Formats: sequence, structure tokens, C-alpha cells
Amino acid sequence: MSKTKKDAIAIHVNGVGKYFGSEPNLVKALDNVSIDIRRNEFFTLLGPSGCGKTTLLRLIAGFESPTFGQMLLDNQDITNLPPYHRSVNTVFQSYALFPHLTVAENISFGLEMLKKPKHEISATVDEMLALVHMEELKHRRTDQISGGQQQRVALARALAPKPDVLLLDEPLSALDYKLRRGMQIELKRLQLETGITFIFVTHDQEEALTMSDRIAVMSNGHILQVGTPNEIYYNPQERFVADFIGESNFIEAEVVSVTKGRSATASLRLAGTRKTFKANMPASKSKDKTATVFIRPEHAKLQKSTRGATLTGTLTNMLFFGTDTNYHLELDNGDAFVVRSQNEIGHAFHPAIGDKLGVVIDEQAIQVLKD
Amino acid sequence: MLNRLFWKKREFSVTYQFGFATIALICFFALYAPISTLVFYSFNAGNNLMLWEGFSFQWYVEASKNELVQEAAIRSLIIAVCASLISTLVATMAALGTTRTAPFKGQKLIFIMINQPLMVPEIVTAVALLIFFAIIKTFTNYYGLGYLITAHAAFCVPFAYLPIKARLDGMDLSMETAAGDLYATPFVVFRRITLPLLWPGILAGAMLSFVISLDDVIITEFVKTAGQDTLPTYMLGQLRRVITPEINAISSVLLAVSLVVVTIFFLFTRKRY
Ligand SMILES: Nc1ncnc2c1ncn2[C@@H]1O[C@H](COP(=O)(O)OP(=O)(O)OP(=O)(O)O)[C@@H](O)[C@H]1O
Ligand SMILES: [Mg+2]
Repeated sequence: MSKTKKDAIAIHVNGVGKYFGSEPNLVKALDNVSIDIRRNEFFTLLGPSGCGKTTLLRLIAGFESPTFGQMLLDNQDITNLPPYHRSVNTVFQSYALFPHLTVAENISFGLEMLKKPKHEISATVDEMLALVHMEELKHRRTDQISGGQQQRVALARALAPKPDVLLLDEPLSALDYKLRRGMQIELKRLQLETGITFIFVTHDQEEALTMSDRIAVMSNGHILQVGTPNEIYYNPQERFVADFIGESNFIEAEVVSVTKGRSATASLRLAGTRKTFKANMPASKSKDKTATVFIRPEHAKLQKSTRGATLTGTLTNMLFFGTDTNYHLELDNGDAFVVRSQNEIGHAFHPAIGDKLGVVIDEQAIQVLKD
Repeated sequence: MLNRLFWKKREFSVTYQFGFATIALICFFALYAPISTLVFYSFNAGNNLMLWEGFSFQWYVEASKNELVQEAAIRSLIIAVCASLISTLVATMAALGTTRTAPFKGQKLIFIMINQPLMVPEIVTAVALLIFFAIIKTFTNYYGLGYLITAHAAFCVPFAYLPIKARLDGMDLSMETAAGDLYATPFVVFRRITLPLLWPGILAGAMLSFVISLDDVIITEFVKTAGQDTLPTYMLGQLRRVITPEINAISSVLLAVSLVVVTIFFLFTRKRY
């Protein structure tokens, strides 16, 4: 695939909304959502339960039509196209396998509907069975295989017609941790091998970070931020995004001054401390006197003495995670703050609960949020 | 005592309580004792319903030789087969229309209207049909079996409807959605997915309406014209004359037919999905 083709837009969602019900009980499942999903991209929709992820997938698949807005697939308007005319396949949250058909018959269903020649169908079915490692269970009925196997059949069934776009609605949520890990790697491999655009839904932030090319964080029928896992993790724009992905500390800061340049920079003073920091200021906040600052627990360092520390506080709790330990502090102004540090062998630093400790924060670790 | 005998290992079951097994046994006795007696005396050699005079197939032979019984039996079968086919077709369409669409205004009303005949006393329906068909008869001069078939088909619809609707309610819509997603047009989805999955429900509906039609007395009695006796109305007529164990024999055969139908149904629907 050429470079230009790879960067081309596969799905273009333009100002789409989906409302259910009518006035007193109106549900705005999606409200004015716009995204561009590139071809051959592993795109993840991430958000809490009820935020509209499934609704967006159903609109793209064509099971539902939007209340307003427009959708394009490869520059062709598909807003009112029925699902059987869209080159889009879905892996359903509930798998929705056909229980009266065998594994092979399930996989060949889409190909038969596309009226592919017989030999091509059987070749593709075998190829798909090999892809998901299900060759032995070819002739088994789908209600006689395990949940993990059903999931793989659902995947093979949706992949077999080689659609332009594959939609996956929390396909791994029913699997145990080990199997889930394996499937994550397999899914990623499949996406790279087939060159199909994947739109993947999950509410597991770790899964989203490890698998995606880009992530859209959703809340309440809106898309809050779209970006690479790195951008989403290190530069969340809003408190919700920062809070939903990983662990975060939020601290109120006083804006001392703002210097206008190509991007506005602010001098900040954290939670009643004296030292000032420089950080990028979102354009919308350039006139504000206070701001919320966000710091990842692993970007702060704990030290025994309070001298030279950015913040000081009392240790209230320690949570051991194997590789890391979370130190919960109560800052001098009463706010809570968490520091995460890696456990090292022979580490001499063993604070006890109730100790007065110092926290050192690097200037680069400080990020000002939009809200 | 009995409890220990029957449910030794299910200590945490709610049925493991004093008296459950006894009551169950009494219920079974009340259900099956009369039927067993009926079947038992159909093999009586004498012509008394209550006095056992030895074993014989005499009454079965007698009944099968009786031309009136033969005709009534054939008529019963024709009516039951036609009525169950028609009512199952209608009920299938009604069930699809009331479950496979988005909820619409008046859906409840339609549901109630389909099932209402179950609530209306049968005798009322019978009188209504009698009058209604009498009018039609004077206009068309047609006096055939059509009236009985129509009447049976009509009152069988709700019986056929219930198992089909139950099956559809239990059938996740996501299967049909998935088929549509895999490029199947709505008609193909129906033929390849909905119908095969619905089949046990349709079969249950057909069998149920077949059995219901087979043993109907009241409506048949009102709607039939002279010489259109079905097996049940023939038996009813016999009661007004001398009763012999021939009645028992006919009843036993009817019972056997019902049992066969039920067994076939179980064999067909044993695959669970
Ligand atoms: N058919 C419907 N009628 C009314 N409301 C609906 C309908 N479908 C979805 N909703 C509502 O729209 C909102 C978004 O639902 P959606 O299924 O898209 O959430 P989701 O993000 O997929 O959640 P989950 O993670 O739990 O699957 C919810 O508030 C839901 O109650
Ligand atoms: Mg969902």
C-alpha cells in the first residue's frame, strides 16, 4: 500500500448525533460527533459505560441511522445505506454466532452472501480457520465450543469477507486475563497482516493504550480527545481524560503571569508553595487566575527530607504492586497526592506511615488542563 | 420417608421438605388414574364399562369396522391437518409482526386481540359461528367441510401463536443483525436465520393446534351440518345411546395419537439452541 493510500480517510464522521426517545425521556446517546479514521488504522473508542461507544459503532455499521449528521466510507456517503451494502463487518459484543450452523458455515456465511465461487469460499474459510487457530473445530456446532473459541469464530466470520472496515465491540471483555492478553497480540497481528481498518471499542484503558494507533476518549455522547496513546497518556487536555486513563494527581495552581508567544506559557505556583514553574497554557485559559494542574504519580519523586522539595506532606498509606509501590500523601494544604515509584532491590528508602516526606516534581511533568 | 427415597442427594433443594413427594404422588394419581382405567377397560371382553370379563381386542376391531367411526376419524384428521396448517401460518406471521419490529403504537392491543379468543367462553364463539355461517350458507349454498376447517383454524390461532411468540422472544435479534451485517438482504436473513431458528416454535404451534382441533367438541357440534361428525362429536352422540367399551377403544386411540404427536415434537426439538 502506498503512503498516500495509507493516510487516506476510511471513515469520515461529520457532526453526527443520535437521539433516542422523545422529549421528557430524550436520550442523547451521541451529540455532534466528528472524527476521521484513517485507512489501515487501529482506532480505539474508549470511555465509560453508557458513553455512546456501541451507538457510534451501530451507526457506522448501518444498524441505526443518525438523527443528524453525515458519514462517509472511502468518500462515499453511507449515511442511509443499509448494512448489507456496506463493506463493514462487526464482531459483536455477544458474538451473535449462528447456533444452527457449524464453525465453518458461520465463517462462510458472508462469502456466500457475496456470491463468491465455491472453491474460493472453501479456500478462504480454511485460511480464516488457520488464522484464528480453529482448524480442528471446523465442523463443530457453535454452541458446543468454549467462550474464547466462539470469540475467535466471531472474529474469523467478520474477517472472511475482507471488509474495508472491521468494527469490534468489546470483543475481549468475556475472556480471562491470560486469554485476553493472547488475543490482544493476535488482533494486532491480524490488523497488520490484513491491512483492514479496525475500530475497536473498549472500556479498558490498558488495552486501549497497548493496542491502538490512535484513541478517541468519549464521555456522555461526546468525543473529548483524539490522539496517539502517547498523547492521550502524557498530554490529556481535560480532567476527565486524565482521570480515565491511568492514575493522576490534580493540584490547584495560581497563575502568576502569562507570556504570550507562539504558544502561551504561564508561570505557576502550586498549591500554596513558593517555587514557580513554567508550563504551556491552553489558549482558552490565558485570562484565568487559577488553573488545574495534572501530574502522573510516576513523574513525581519521593524524598526523605522536606528540604528542597516541591511539595511536602505526610505519608498516609502505601500500596505494594510488585514492580511498583504507591505512596499516598496528605499535602500540607490537606490535598491528597500519590507518588508511584519503582521498587528496587537494596533500596534503602523505607518510609513509615506518618512520616513527613518531600515530593520533587520536574517542570516537564506539569501539565495545565483546559477545565 | 418418601423424600429420602426420591431426593437423597439434593439437601439444599426447596423440594426437600416434608410432604412434597406425597403431594406430587397424589397429583400424579389424580391425573392418571382415570385415564388408566379408561385404557384398561378398552380391553374388556364383555360389553360392560365397569365389569371386567377378560382380555380382548374385540372393541378395537368393532370400532375399526364401524363405518361411522371410520368416516368420523378421517374427517377429524382432515380438519385437524388443514386447521393446524392454516392457523400456524397465520400465527407465524402474527408473531413475526409483533416481535420483529421496533415497538409501535397499538402493539399491546394487537397482542390482546390475538389472544382474546382464549378468554371468550367457547360456547359463545360456537353460537356466534353458527349464526355467522348460517348467513353465509344461505348466500353461497355451500355446505362442505370448509366451515369446520375455517372455524377450527380460527380458534387454533392463539394456541399456535403462543409457542411461536415465546420462541421469538427468546431469540436474540443480534443474530439477524449479524446476518444483515454479513451482506444478507432481509429476505435472505429470514430464510437462512430466522426461519431455521424459529422452526421448533412453529412445530410446537402446529402440533398444539393439531391436538386442540382433534379433540374439539363444542364448536364442532354447533358448526357441523348433518353427517359431518368428527370423532369427538360421534362419541358424544353415542353417549345418548348404549355405551359400550367401543368408546374406551376410540378414546384410547385418540390418546395414542396425541402421545405420538407429543413424542414427535420432543424428538424434533431435542436439539437445543
Ligand atoms: N435503543 C435505545 N433506546 C434508548 N436509549 C438507548 C438505546 N440504545 C442506547 N441507548 C442509550 O444511549 C446511551 C449510550 O449507549 P451505548 O450502548 O452506546 O453505550 P456504550 O458506550 O456502548 O456502553 P457500554 O460500555 O456499557 O457498552 C446510553 O445511555 C443508553 O442508555
Ligand atoms: Mg456497548
